Amino acid sequence: MGYTLIEKIIKKNAGLEDIAPGQIVTVNVDRVMIHDIFIPFVADKFQEMGFKKLWDPDKVVLIYDHLVPTSAVEDVRHFQIGDAFVEKYGLTHVHRRDGICHQLMTEAGYAKPGDIVFGTDSHTTTYGCVGCFSSGIGYTEMASILGTGEMWVRVPETIKIVINGKLPANVTSKDIILRIIGDLRADGATYKALEITGSTVDEMSVASRMTISNMAVEAGAKCCLFRPDEKTCRYSEVSLEETAWLYGDDDADYERIINYKAEGFVPVCACPSQVDNIHPVSDVEGTRIDQVFIGSCTNGRLEDLAVAARILEGKKVACKCIITPASRKIYIEAIEAGYMDILAKAGCIITQPGCGLCCGRAGGILTDGEKVVATNNRNFLGRMGTSKVGIYLASPATAATSALTATISVPK
Amino acid sequence: MNQFTGKVWVLGDDIDTDIIIPTDYLALPTVEDMKQYGFSPLRPDLASRIQEGDIIVAGKNFGCGSSREQAPEIIKALKVGCVIAKSYARIFFRNSINNGLLLIENSEIQDVVKEGDMLTVNPGEYLELNGKKYSISTLPDNLMDIINAGGLVKAMQKRNGVI
Repeated sequence: MGYTLIEKIIKKNAGLEDIAPGQIVTVNVDRVMIHDIFIPFVADKFQEMGFKKLWDPDKVVLIYDHLVPTSAVEDVRHFQIGDAFVEKYGLTHVHRRDGICHQLMTEAGYAKPGDIVFGTDSHTTTYGCVGCFSSGIGYTEMASILGTGEMWVRVPETIKIVINGKLPANVTSKDIILRIIGDLRADGATYKALEITGSTVDEMSVASRMTISNMAVEAGAKCCLFRPDEKTCRYSEVSLEETAWLYGDDDADYERIINYKAEGFVPVCACPSQVDNIHPVSDVEGTRIDQVFIGSCTNGRLEDLAVAARILEGKKVACKCIITPASRKIYIEAIEAGYMDILAKAGCIITQPGCGLCCGRAGGILTDGEKVVATNNRNFLGRMGTSKVGIYLASPATAATSALTATISVPK
Repeated sequence: MNQFTGKVWVLGDDIDTDIIIPTDYLALPTVEDMKQYGFSPLRPDLASRIQEGDIIVAGKNFGCGSSREQAPEIIKALKVGCVIAKSYARIFFRNSINNGLLLIENSEIQDVVKEGDMLTVNPGEYLELNGKKYSISTLPDNLMDIINAGGLVKAMQKRNGVI
């Protein structure tokens, strides 16, 4: 009997001879990520637990993103506490204004294929795009890892999702993950690992895979893994040989195998106010909207901005259209590629890389009765303003197309 | 943990962490400052009406969404006796254990309980409502170890010889 990808990663990390779902294993953590919202709580718990030093300062990454730039006076406290923690415990990997944590973790090479990484954010599942086992935890558990370098995990069952064929021109990886969440439901993968394979996935960029692993947690998944290939190795700056062991065996014990034909996908959106309330965009076409948001750790990458620029080139948006690149690197690349010029001339509002808009904390806040088409990952009640805002989650193509008429529209 | 009886508040499926505590209030200095906003997007008056020892009964996937540990902390700060749901989201489940909030998984009680009912909980054994008993399971040993230590902070304090 073979092993699934997640089983191989945990087995190798813990030096086990054999492994099976349900087993409780203590793993050695390769890297952790803490962001600005939770650093005060992590610092508190760490000291309360009686630790005097970090298990390995090189393995700790602190990223300011949710509160950058600050929008309330009390936000500053998070940076002050974070900076004091950096000083006291000798952290070297600190990003104070470079972009969204989940983009930076793979972009800056902190999360590599085969690694085990935990972060104080649910969308830590993102790093599965390079074949890294990464998952979100709370700040108390983070504090205990900072002191011990260890963490217990329950070996998850694996659901394998196979997607073969060629996607229609107006369909992106966002439509794929939304459809998967709609089919699995919001709790369909709770405690479980997803492993995504097939010719459609092989054709995808790492950035597109990232959108899928980012949102896997919306189906409850503990992690969402892709087998590293040449594209992954180039992106993560590792060799193919180093990653050769990172694949799920054909005879592994998968809990379920779900097959999709790429040709069967259509542009979809998650309608208010559950992420698994998935409908074809055509079902809600013509719905008046007040705002469009293209960005976030889900869809703020260069290819997403390229799609928006292609659709909006030489045209004007008919409602507020806010663009948030996922990192400074992407921001600069988008400027150099001419996308920002096109988007600015189309009337878009371009913001700094950060989380403010997606988590409803700063920028683009909406009120009762307003509707938004957004490319981020959550449409929960109150997420982007009051609890009576209607959030439709969709692909950058759907979002940009909808911005042209201020109505929900199917991309061409 | 001893048997206790509490008044029931009924919530639905997929009660997410943005409902339990919206992001807006996460930068308040303490959980005590935040707790008045608990569940406010869904039930603005709930936090002020919950009394010590009350019980939240919900459907599936309770606590889905973000990793914010303030979610179980707020439920604990509101002095809720326990949460009974059909299922829990992964991170919320871990966070609750680490903060000593009792979670019970049960799929029958939701169909018979009404808001305001008095429900008796016998941890690890059964729930009792209107004279009828509903069986519940215990947690795995490694999790009980954390709860028995009084949460993860206390477990680490013991490890580090602080207590």
